[in-house]
Amino acid sequence: MSFDSFSAFLAMGGHGLYVWSAYAVTLVVFAFNAIKPVLMHKRFLQQHKQLQRRELARENTAQ
Amino acid sequence: MKFGNMKPHRRRRLYVVLFLVVTSSAAVGLTLMALNENINLFYSPQQIASGEAPVGKTIRAGGVVVPGSLRRDESSLLIEFDISDLKTAPLRVAYTGILPDLFREGQGIVALGKVNQQGIFVAEEVLAKHDENYMPPEVAAAIAAAHGESE
Amino acid sequence: MGRVWSLFHKFASPKWFYEISGKLLPWFVAMTGLVLCTGVVWGLAYAPPDYQQGNAFRIMYIHVPASILAESSYMMMALAGAVGLIWKIKLADLALKTAAPLGASLTFLSIATGAIWGKPIWGTWWVWDARLTSMLVLLFLFVGVIALRSAMENKEAAGKACAILALVGLVNIPIIKMSVEWWFTLHQPSSFKLTEKPAMPPEMWIPLLIMVVGYYSAFATAWMMRIRVEILEQENRTQWVRDRVRTA
Repeated sequence: MSFDSFSAFLAMGGHGLYVWSAYAVTLVVFAFNAIKPVLMHKRFLQQHKQLQRRELARENTAQ
Repeated sequence: MKFGNMKPHRRRRLYVVLFLVVTSSAAVGLTLMALNENINLFYSPQQIASGEAPVGKTIRAGGVVVPGSLRRDESSLLIEFDISDLKTAPLRVAYTGILPDLFREGQGIVALGKVNQQGIFVAEEVLAKHDENYMPPEVAAAIAAAHGESE
Repeated sequence: MGRVWSLFHKFASPKWFYEISGKLLPWFVAMTGLVLCTGVVWGLAYAPPDYQQGNAFRIMYIHVPASILAESSYMMMALAGAVGLIWKIKLADLALKTAAPLGASLTFLSIATGAIWGKPIWGTWWVWDARLTSMLVLLFLFVGVIALRSAMENKEAAGKACAILALVGLVNIPIIKMSVEWWFTLHQPSSFKLTEKPAMPPEMWIPLLIMVVGYYSAFATAWMMRIRVEILEQENRTQWVRDRVRTA
């Protein structure tokens, strides 16, 4: 361990604001890259499930 | 994937791709060669002394702060020091303002400013440049101590 | 050679790629989480501070891998472009399409963390030196590839145009790499060279190496997640996608 206490860890020798904001930006970008495709997949399924239901309904009324 | 066995139309497209990459690289390469001087962020003290740098214009000068050359004004934030490229005569720099954390004697710096009539570089901004070496403080101290003993 | 070719064509089959990536994905997610957590904790709490920069140097553990991955993802994107142009493989176009936003985000990260690092150490967020400027050009290239695709109606023509732009922009990669050697820059030269020992002790570069592996793994994970959705979109009329939608 390179720090004596948790407060020293947070302070980063006076550069805390810089170090933690850099790590925070990184976390936000990583989270975005992870969540975005999940949302895209969800939307795709929603759209196409609806499409399939409509097709099925049309087929049923045609019969 | 032997290119010799490639279908002719594919091989043609491969050549088109290669041509694309080679010509664009050549174009950019030639442009960069033409611009070479202007891409440098700063001039060395030698370039300024020999008149390679534009005179009377705001430019950036870069070099190592000569140890022992640092003089601080007691009543203001004015600070004077020499920068050197370790080859030719050093350049005197005068600066009033806040210095970056890494500023110290022996450190590389890049200053923005103009050379005045007295040949002093009056800086309006001083940036610290560091090298690619990183080490823990204990190691740096040990190296410094070993250096001191050997001298 | 024949076997390599059959593997190549198999990879090019969207359905096959969708299935195999689905099996690999959970492993990649687990590996990414594990490696990144190890690297971050090591780099932030256990690696020693630098003798000059103190703890601000810990920004290196997120800045250097972001820069490496920004360049790698560009090279991968250009390679996909070349494969797409020569062999007309649809999957290669999707690979290019999905690499672009990820590459852009990593280039942004490299620039942003570099600016935050530069402020206390150099004394400025930004200078127009060759390294920083060529990195900004890389960001514009990624954004350009994304914008070009969205601006063009015809999908096939858009894919071709993006591939050409990606290939032309490839010239920027050696410029980024060599900028700190060819010109006077504020940015220091690379701490890692193929022929030399790293310019830092192992207790500093081991966590960095772990972070680089973690970033590669994270890129692979995010890229697979994206291309899987793109495959579904592209193949949405095929029976296997319809079955998948129905049972999902």
